Amino acid sequence: MAIETKLPFDQQYVRTFSEGRGEPSWLLDLRLQALAKAEELSLPKPDKTKIDKWNFTEITQHFVQSAPFASLEELPESVKTLVDAGEEAKNLYIQRDQTPAYVSLSDDLKKQGVIFTDIFTAVREHGELVKKYFMQDGVKIDEHRLTALHAALLNGGVFVYVPKNVEINTPLQAVYIHETQDAALFNHVIVVAEANSKLAYVENYVSIHENANAVVNIVAEVFAHENAQVIFAAVDHLAKGTTTYVNRRGIAGRHGRIEWALGLMNDGNTVSENITRLIGDGSYGDTKTVVVGRGEQTQNFTTSVVHYGKNTEGRILKHGVMKDSATSIFNGIGKIEHGASKSNAEQESRVLMLSDKARGDANPILLIDEDDVIAGHAASVGRVDPIQLYYLMSRGVPKVEAERLIIHGFLAPVVKEIPLENVKKQLIEIIERKVK
Amino acid sequence: MAVLTIKDLHVSVEGKEILKGVNLEVKGGEIHAIMGPNGTGKSTLSSAIMGHPKYEVTKGSITLDGQDVLEMEVDERARAGLFLAMQYPSEISGVTNADFLRSAINARLGEGNEISLMKFIRKLDEKMEFLEMNSDMAHRYLNEGFSGGEKKRNEILQLMMLEPKIAILDEIDSGLDIDALKIVSKGVNEMRSSDFGCLIITHYQRLLNYITPDYVHVMMQGRIVKSGGPELAQRLEAEGYDWIKKELGIEDEMIEQEA
Repeated sequence: MAIETKLPFDQQYVRTFSEGRGEPSWLLDLRLQALAKAEELSLPKPDKTKIDKWNFTEITQHFVQSAPFASLEELPESVKTLVDAGEEAKNLYIQRDQTPAYVSLSDDLKKQGVIFTDIFTAVREHGELVKKYFMQDGVKIDEHRLTALHAALLNGGVFVYVPKNVEINTPLQAVYIHETQDAALFNHVIVVAEANSKLAYVENYVSIHENANAVVNIVAEVFAHENAQVIFAAVDHLAKGTTTYVNRRGIAGRHGRIEWALGLMNDGNTVSENITRLIGDGSYGDTKTVVVGRGEQTQNFTTSVVHYGKNTEGRILKHGVMKDSATSIFNGIGKIEHGASKSNAEQESRVLMLSDKARGDANPILLIDEDDVIAGHAASVGRVDPIQLYYLMSRGVPKVEAERLIIHGFLAPVVKEIPLENVKKQLIEIIERKVK
Repeated sequence: MAVLTIKDLHVSVEGKEILKGVNLEVKGGEIHAIMGPNGTGKSTLSSAIMGHPKYEVTKGSITLDGQDVLEMEVDERARAGLFLAMQYPSEISGVTNADFLRSAINARLGEGNEISLMKFIRKLDEKMEFLEMNSDMAHRYLNEGFSGGEKKRNEILQLMMLEPKIAILDEIDSGLDIDALKIVSKGVNEMRSSDFGCLIITHYQRLLNYITPDYVHVMMQGRIVKSGGPELAQRLEAEGYDWIKKELGIEDEMIEQEA
């Protein structure tokens, strides 16, 4: 298939960019291979959403030099509220467009061998580790044009590594600030939890401006090794005019657990893919997503849990609220591979429509290649239940407030899972503003 | 003193007339019981008073202290002082009992007069203890996963928290064991005062052993066909409804075609 797309960046650009950051040759080689692939591969084909006219490649600014924040006092107001400055802001990473602007990790965690740093520092200081995980077993470079482009143009992100038997009790927090309206972000997050370790990672994508004209391409790869537990919470809130591709993928080893809590609140067109692969026997994947669509935006959310190991359990919950002329497709896929006996795949997708012009589609899919399993799904698309409204109003609550309660309740499954109070509050406020 | 006045009320559901001219007056300080076999229109009356979207008033009037209730939205009726303890309360996921109750109380008090959190918690704790409810019920989602008995108790909790002028209890006794029935009755009796009027809808006399009504009405064929004092309920318990049917020449007490 011939694709008539000229990528805005050539080999020379990628080489100069990579060398400018002192990257090892393996990464430069990988970028160059990826760039070549980006030219031949086609875009992904999210089910039921046509994205061939979307702007994933018109990048005006691939790199913006920003100043680091000398202290948290310098943070923009909208970011300040996310960060608990009173706590001396330990275990916090803030990125300003592509520049690591604030990094802090407690001495205690450092001593235990925990790594929490920007991806480029990680490449320099922990090259072998990054190389082992970067787009190898999680997301592959050649899945489609956007994964290839991601590797070629990688310009931000973090690397999180928790050694064997280390349990982190306070969440690690990362805030990615989109500050320059046309800055492109190719952000890569790697979270590695070695055997018997435990952590929670919370990330925020925040736009400073209400409008932008940007391309954002995010890949997150999460590895929960044997008996490890990872909680991955995210609130994406990128501005109108931002075209986002976000791919979050998890791989769980024997008795590994990955729990996702994703508040996908972007105001621009978005393709979100979240796949959890339960490789090890007894592994567990729970993925909760809430979405509010408004304005004219079109979004596609694919959530999948794939069972390979025996006795694995996968849960998918997706709740979306659609208003104005927003369109969203929710694809939920529970897949049980042959041999994954005694596994359990459950999913629930619900869409609440707040306007006549909004469109929402919930597609629950179960693909099962094994007999001895349990699986179930529930899906619905509808309006606010008039009987629920009647009940709340019969206690004196005005209609608008009753609707507000029902909508917040509908989106609560993710809100209550966010392990940082400030971020939880922010998500509630975003929901409040978006559904108004 | 509050007065709920219902005059010649006709109500239809999906084009079918269920109530065919109900007259009733409930004043503060009074407890009325409406009894009658299933399918005679008792629950329709309670839903029509509260303003359930499915019920259409085709004729007659409902007023509360002279104000036209039928002109009010459901929430306005509640804020005017009406309360309906429902037979099948909705489950609302993600909204905690406590948050909901606070919203409801504040909606009554109006902006600027909101109840303080401390005062709210004190009142909630006190009422829940009175109703022998587990304190974790406050933080559970509204009616979600509640047993039948828990739901009914939660309706009475709302009644006690919101302190309406006139409450309607729609089959609050159905599905309750004797202990739960006693607790629910205790809650209603606690509310008894000259400022509180109550309309109890039931088809069992046993609830009235715990809440003594001032007036008892019998409903058949979408009308109140007989009224009396507490002794009427006792006679119904002892003899059933047949004597009334005979007295009034009613062959089938149900509304036409309704099962």
